[in-house]
Amino acid sequence: MSQAQASRPVVAGPVPPAGTGAPARPAPARRRRSPLRARLRRDWPLLVMVAPGALLLAVFHYLPALGNVVAFQDYNPYLGDGALQALAASPFVGLENFRELFADPAFWDAFRNTLAITAFQLVFFFPLPIALAILLNSLMSGRLRGFVQTVVYLPHFFSWVLVVTFFVQMLGGAGLLSQELRDAGLTPPQIMSNPDTFIVLVTAEAVWKDLGWGTIVFLAALAAVDPNLYEASAVDGAGRWRRLWHITLPGLRPVIVLLLILRLGDALSVGFEQFLLQRDAVGRQAAEVLDTFVYHHAIATGDYGFGAAAGLFKALVGLVLILAANRFAHVLGERGVYSRS
Amino acid sequence: MTTMPRRRHPSRPAWEEEPGAAAQAATGTVLTVVVLAVLVPLWVVLLTSVSSRESINAAGGLVVVPRELDFSAYRIIFSGGQITKALLVSTLVTVAGTALSLVVTVLAAYGLSRPGSLMHRGLLFYFLLTFLIHPGLVPHYLVVTGLGLKDSLWALILPTAVSVFNLVVVRAFFQNIPAELLDSARLDGAGEFRILWRIVLPLSKAVIAVVGLFYAVGYWNTWFNALLYIDDNEKFPIQRVLQSYILAGQAPQTSGTVGAALPPALAIKMAVVVVTVAPIALVYPFVQRHFTRGVIVGAIKG
Repeated sequence: MSQAQASRPVVAGPVPPAGTGAPARPAPARRRRSPLRARLRRDWPLLVMVAPGALLLAVFHYLPALGNVVAFQDYNPYLGDGALQALAASPFVGLENFRELFADPAFWDAFRNTLAITAFQLVFFFPLPIALAILLNSLMSGRLRGFVQTVVYLPHFFSWVLVVTFFVQMLGGAGLLSQELRDAGLTPPQIMSNPDTFIVLVTAEAVWKDLGWGTIVFLAALAAVDPNLYEASAVDGAGRWRRLWHITLPGLRPVIVLLLILRLGDALSVGFEQFLLQRDAVGRQAAEVLDTFVYHHAIATGDYGFGAAAGLFKALVGLVLILAANRFAHVLGERGVYSRS
Repeated sequence: MTTMPRRRHPSRPAWEEEPGAAAQAATGTVLTVVVLAVLVPLWVVLLTSVSSRESINAAGGLVVVPRELDFSAYRIIFSGGQITKALLVSTLVTVAGTALSLVVTVLAAYGLSRPGSLMHRGLLFYFLLTFLIHPGLVPHYLVVTGLGLKDSLWALILPTAVSVFNLVVVRAFFQNIPAELLDSARLDGAGEFRILWRIVLPLSKAVIAVVGLFYAVGYWNTWFNALLYIDDNEKFPIQRVLQSYILAGQAPQTSGTVGAALPPALAIKMAVVVVTVAPIALVYPFVQRHFTRGVIVGAIKG
């Protein structure tokens, strides 16, 4: 993936030992054929090793990617013996599914919800791991830091089913908070099923799950900052906040930009399972996002072509977003995602 | 109390000022809140799962302060009902899936670790392109069901068997192994498989442990694919049971003796949560020390 590699011609075959007097420019045809055979003889075990992974991706990634033709079909699962035969037999309808999709107000509701949640989380979630990483990095006791890290990384490994379960048990109508408030004679608030505050709830869940995990990459970047910079600036009279502003944050900048790009490229994906699990409790109006929209229209109601059109639209917008964000990072003078060395 | 000058921390650099009392109090508060936010729910769920009916009634539900312990909820869920079956299914999927994923990932990562080898750039592009192209739910569903994997546990394994992210992590690690080591083995006549098995793998235990944990957690947590592909509730994995039992409120069949004093439903529910968390909480601390710069950040730099 590196640019250096991309611009350098690939060295074909084993490098001939220096000083054998080989002609500088042998006949091009020979030169291309025999190293290929030699390379095949040398490299075939590598190709064999790559084969199982490549095959799995072909079947479960690229074949479904091609299967997106269903978005242009009036797909009928009963044509043929299985989904693949039905795919081959279903009639094409051009952009009909997309026309239907863009005319559906429920789709635009889901679209708006998705963008609102992404924007909300960019403001209220994205900066938190940076702050926690800086705080952890300032701890002098390695033992304390290790303990905190062990605890806060853990929820990252919980499934969304578990995370939502924990939230229901703590904050739900029959949960711990309601229980304590009722004991105190207060009326417990509706937290888990209130559509108006749902955006805060899902962000709180995401923070609970991934705040700790999100610090890892920032901690690594902080460890890479040259301590001499801090010492020199402290000697020059820079206080704690000025050092944070002029040394720490610039040190984190490439990582922040990288993660922002990835997040923007994924702007139309918010935790799918998280929303699917809570959609029924909160209602479609607040909890429907693009992914759950696809699920409910395609899998649950069987309108596959329509659902696939929504999915394909989302994938194409996502692709454009990530390429644009990457271009923007280059404009800012950052390395971005695709041109790393 | 505050008149005593605080001792400087021995590892604090000489140029760095000692934080003030307010700053220290703020740091302490933040860290305490963050840690308790994780530990309190775990504690309450664990304690409720081992509490007797009297303790649960006295607490009015979830138990925060231990009173009387009673482990009968665990006897119920391990007595051969749906939860026992789901735990077996999840264990099988996790063990078989992780083994398959590690083999495929390690082989492919090694096969892709040598720039200049035959078709190297093309193959690498083929793998990395998956980051940009997402097939989408509907065609994925059509392919998996079209292959006849409906109600097969393979549907929980094969579609997620290769994570290109994990592959990139392993590949980056392999590429940091000194080339001289591999070259000398090659001069001694060792083939690539032998080099991988005898030289590369023994040096890569840390990355294998981390990636193995990622895969295992992924398989253990599989829920949505089970919702899509598994209709037979005899084959439900534990997350699917947890969701239908606790979040959707459908009680699973347990084969406890009918009429005998059953433990309270809340204790059983919490016991299901505990057995879902337990494998992760038990394995993760041993692997956590390998989440070092080398492993995680190697991946970010891809």
